[in-house]
Amino acid sequence: MARLTTDNVQRARELIALYPVPRSALIPILHVAQEQDGWLTPDAIVHVAELLDLTAAEVLGTVSFYDMFFTHPVGRHLVSVCTNIACLLNGGYELLDHAEQKLGVKAGATTEDGEFTLEEVECLALCGAAPCLTVNWRFFGPVTPESFDKLVGYLRDGELADQVPPHGTLCRVRRSVGLPASSSSGAGRVAPRKDEAAAPRAAPPAGADKGGRGEKEAAGAGAVTAATGEGAQVERPPGADTAATVDDSRHQKGGGA
Amino acid sequence: MADTTSQTDTVTITVDGEPMAARPGEMVIAAAERGGVYIPRFCYHPRMRPVGMCRMCLVEVKGPRGFALQPACFIPVADGQEVVTRSAKVKKAQDGVLEFLLVNHPLDCPVCDKGGECPLQDQTLAYGPGETRFVEEKRHWAKPISLSALVYLDRERCIQCDRCTRFADEVAGDPLIEFKGRGDHIEIATFPDQPFASYFSGNTVQICPVGALLSRPYRFKARPWDVEQVESTCTMCAVGCRVAVQSSGSELTRYIGLDSDPVNHGWLCDKGRYSYEYVNSEERLSHPLVRKAGELVEASWGEALEAAARGLQGARAVHGAASLAVLGGARLPNEDAYAWAKLAKGVLGTDNVDAQLGDGLPAEAVLGLPRATIDDACSAPAVVLLAPDLKEELPVLYLRLRAAAVAGGVPFLELTPRRTGMSKYCRTSLAYRPGEAPALARALVDGISGSEVAGVPAASVAAARELLGAEGAVVVLGRPSLAEPGESIAAAAAVLAGGLPGVRFLPALRRGNVLGALDMGLAPGLLPGRVALADGRAWFAGAWGAVPEARGLDAADILGAAAQGRIQGLVLLGADPVADFPDHQLARAALSSAGFVVSVDTFLTESSGQADVVLPAAAFAERAGTTTNLEGRITRLGQKIVPPGVARPDWMIAAELAFHLGGDLGVESLEDIWQEVERLAPSHAGITRSLLADRDHRDGVVAPFDGRVPTTSRPPAEAATATGVGSTTAVPGAVDPMSTPGVDAVETHGLPATEVAPAETAPSGGIDPGPEGEERQVGAAVATSAAPPMLAWSSEHGPQSPPPLDGYALRLVSGRSLYDQGTLVQHAPSLAALAAPPRLRANPYDLERLGMGQGGQVRVRSNRATFLADAVPDAGVPRGSVWLPFNAGEGSAGEVVDAAAPVTDLRVETP
Ligand code: SF4
Ligand code: SF4
Ligand code: FES
Ligand code: FES
Repeated sequence: MARLTTDNVQRARELIALYPVPRSALIPILHVAQEQDGWLTPDAIVHVAELLDLTAAEVLGTVSFYDMFFTHPVGRHLVSVCTNIACLLNGGYELLDHAEQKLGVKAGATTEDGEFTLEEVECLALCGAAPCLTVNWRFFGPVTPESFDKLVGYLRDGELADQVPPHGTLCRVRRSVGLPASSSSGAGRVAPRKDEAAAPRAAPPAGADKGGRGEKEAAGAGAVTAATGEGAQVERPPGADTAATVDDSRHQKGGGA
Repeated sequence: MADTTSQTDTVTITVDGEPMAARPGEMVIAAAERGGVYIPRFCYHPRMRPVGMCRMCLVEVKGPRGFALQPACFIPVADGQEVVTRSAKVKKAQDGVLEFLLVNHPLDCPVCDKGGECPLQDQTLAYGPGETRFVEEKRHWAKPISLSALVYLDRERCIQCDRCTRFADEVAGDPLIEFKGRGDHIEIATFPDQPFASYFSGNTVQICPVGALLSRPYRFKARPWDVEQVESTCTMCAVGCRVAVQSSGSELTRYIGLDSDPVNHGWLCDKGRYSYEYVNSEERLSHPLVRKAGELVEASWGEALEAAARGLQGARAVHGAASLAVLGGARLPNEDAYAWAKLAKGVLGTDNVDAQLGDGLPAEAVLGLPRATIDDACSAPAVVLLAPDLKEELPVLYLRLRAAAVAGGVPFLELTPRRTGMSKYCRTSLAYRPGEAPALARALVDGISGSEVAGVPAASVAAARELLGAEGAVVVLGRPSLAEPGESIAAAAAVLAGGLPGVRFLPALRRGNVLGALDMGLAPGLLPGRVALADGRAWFAGAWGAVPEARGLDAADILGAAAQGRIQGLVLLGADPVADFPDHQLARAALSSAGFVVSVDTFLTESSGQADVVLPAAAFAERAGTTTNLEGRITRLGQKIVPPGVARPDWMIAAELAFHLGGDLGVESLEDIWQEVERLAPSHAGITRSLLADRDHRDGVVAPFDGRVPTTSRPPAEAATATGVGSTTAVPGAVDPMSTPGVDAVETHGLPATEVAPAETAPSGGIDPGPEGEERQVGAAVATSAAPPMLAWSSEHGPQSPPPLDGYALRLVSGRSLYDQGTLVQHAPSLAALAAPPRLRANPYDLERLGMGQGGQVRVRSNRATFLADAVPDAGVPRGSVWLPFNAGEGSAGEVVDAAAPVTDLRVETP
């Protein structure tokens, strides 16, 4: 829960060198930070701001804009169920319902054991295999209630480790040779290389978030139900309703570990 | 229209069928406004980059496929462009935008500070649909939340115009607030535990077009239709920002920044903005006090003035006029400063007069060096900073210079004994060893042969010299450290003046009207109008009756003489030397040994509390007059309320006291005084009261007056009328009408325009660059042939060179923070709460040597005092130096500074 490790600071510096303006490296560095802790801890945000000579408020502004960045702890497996139109027509909400029952948490929350965070998302661009979901941003579909249960079992047992990296990993292929913005020579020297050794990942925050639900996800859920006009079967999480008071989460601290 | 303008770079556009001249590159909204057509807007602010966020400014612009809706704030003008601002299509777009902006707006105007002066209210009324089709429940947030100690945020009211966040980032350089979230959940937010602690936060409240950002001190205090206002100039520092002073009843409620093109661009610092609280303070002096049996007791004016006159006369009778001294006056308006100069030099007969309290620069240097304006600095080929931390001492000057560096690309070169707020905007920042500014200046001019000078490596000096290649650099000149004497900085300035061709100087002195006070002769060896005593003796003796024979003492020498019992009558003009003179020990000794002390002040301070007679003075907004900023720009002060009790303006006190002393200042009003100033002071020739009241000179007149009418970039009615375009009715007279609601109606107070136009004999004055070398002629304004010449300055005496630093000591650097223990800040509760306790700052390397890499409590030892201090590592302080703030409470630099020494060395030890 913390600032970036020495290795990751090094990665950040390499990323910064790729751009004419350091700030351009903000999003890539945030992914490095999220890969480290599974979410963006306040300390990490402050550290990233320092590395880029930004303020923490500026970094938070960017972080809060993107659904794939988390400002609260996330379980070892992030299960994102699509309920956008193609999936909806093919049973996306039924799948989400089932997932909620199976995992025992509402969308947006994390299981007691810190294994799973369930979220409802917009189109994943896998409409051809609707209803679909991603686990740690890796695709599965079409998913039936039965295949969902199996998937959960596999994930728990670590049997899919080669397909599903730890949460936060955007890409397991790490570019180790870059093309620094300032370099005039060596165009085309980009030589991506697999980097297994450093699939670093702090253990998921023990006892991660007990059902805390970020307002961002809440907003997503509310928006979808509103759009379909029939949120009836889907139990809307508290706070997702436009009428509910979105309380002040400014001081919400990641409290996972 | 095009035929009436001679500008070659002008394009013509058509707005609602009327041809209009426009400047290439400007946006349609600006061109239309100058031409008299106001296009509604929220996010557009002429002093910031356009973003096209709110869509309120949609107009029809003709393109290849006919007319289409475009945001007028985001479309640059083009020759032949056709724009329609009033059509059914535009109206429908405006209706739609406003309906959407109000979807989640709480419509709680009755309990909103902004109600009554709210651009959202006004524009909804003027351009909105009148009805909404939305029946859904609105979004709710907890409200309000605090962004900082001074600013509250009501997120429900925010329309996401990006004005506050752009201001924080672009203008203030403190991007501590940002949009957070997305879609209808977007909100302005700080990072948790990192409040919006910007020195400029109050501006966001002023430019917010809705009631989302609220001023904590002003919240629920007044309603816009109840307040009255008057134009004035902030005198909390010498930048001289224009303000509208607002009051409700007899209480000041708010200052609003007015846009002065050459000065503040509409911005204020928070210290200036909230300083009205001190005027309202319950602790203001309201009655004269006279010491009886050791106690200060209330007295009548007659009794107090009599006592004061008797004390001063007694001292003069026994010890001579040279035993009298007048300290202070930098907080007085020009007229009051003149009256006191006349009283001191003409009636009391002493030249021991100093408006600066040893924390400024030698007056001759300030007045005698060729002067630059802020605009000159912002367009100079290079700017040299030899000044205190401008962000802390002259905040809005910092904003202007920062903008010049960031957006204008002006190269800045800083000579400083420690990192300042400007450092990161400078191309080169040379950290010189305290006390060695002249040596570094010499190296910049002549180059160096060795490997380093004053602790600066030769390579850095060489790089810096390259920046100074072009002619006409501007030096911002002040005291980089209060632990380094002003003479040392003046010597450095002399070197730069002699060695950099065409160089000009912008004084960075802090106190409100310090430049005005010096112009009015409140300094030793000087007479009003930037005239040396020797040159002006005959001229002023004729007008005043008498002038002192010899040059008197400056503040340091006055206090030194007082400590030795040689000052028997001391007048403190709003001065608190015990707090403000760098060497507190000397100031205390001086006050306790001075025979008879009269204090003219607004508060009882540590110094005035020791006086024998205390005379209560009117404060800002309680008196009219004029003030002079650091450029020499004279602007008018407005009176809005009456002083507490029987407090009076300082000039009246001077006039009354003169009577009690058996003299006569010969003035009965501000008008009288200014006429006399205009007539006698060569630097002020031609600057008549009617000139100052003229709308062409609404931004003030820089002395000496060169006779020119300034060109304005303002888009208001006058400009439109002047160019004969369109109707002027809809055009508000402000750069950003939304941030100065109702200010158009401000009655320009101060001096009524009763006089005739400036005489034909406008002085030839101006700045004569003169011959190269140190003998630089500054100006020779002559109103009449008999008037004395203005000062030209060159420093003859070399500076004292500092002794070598012993290996165990650290050399002191000191300066002020914006919020310090100063009297006025401390009597403004909102500001007092922001004053930080003193912290010692040292290079991590030096603290490491003490085994205190993380900082912690240390013992500070000097030959003056020993005390404990909180130390923090700070890489901005060079090795071998140590930083202590000035006047920040117990353990500040004043305890250890020795005014007589070129440097102050300290031992810092583990306790
Ligand atoms: S708080 Fe005010 S200035 Fe800031 S974005 Fe909202 S409406 Fe605009
Ligand atoms: S910068 Fe100076 S003059 Fe301007 S508002 Fe601040 S204190 Fe007042
Ligand atoms: S709608 Fe579900 S993946 Fe596109
Ligand atoms: S979009 Fe033009 S003023 Fe906001």
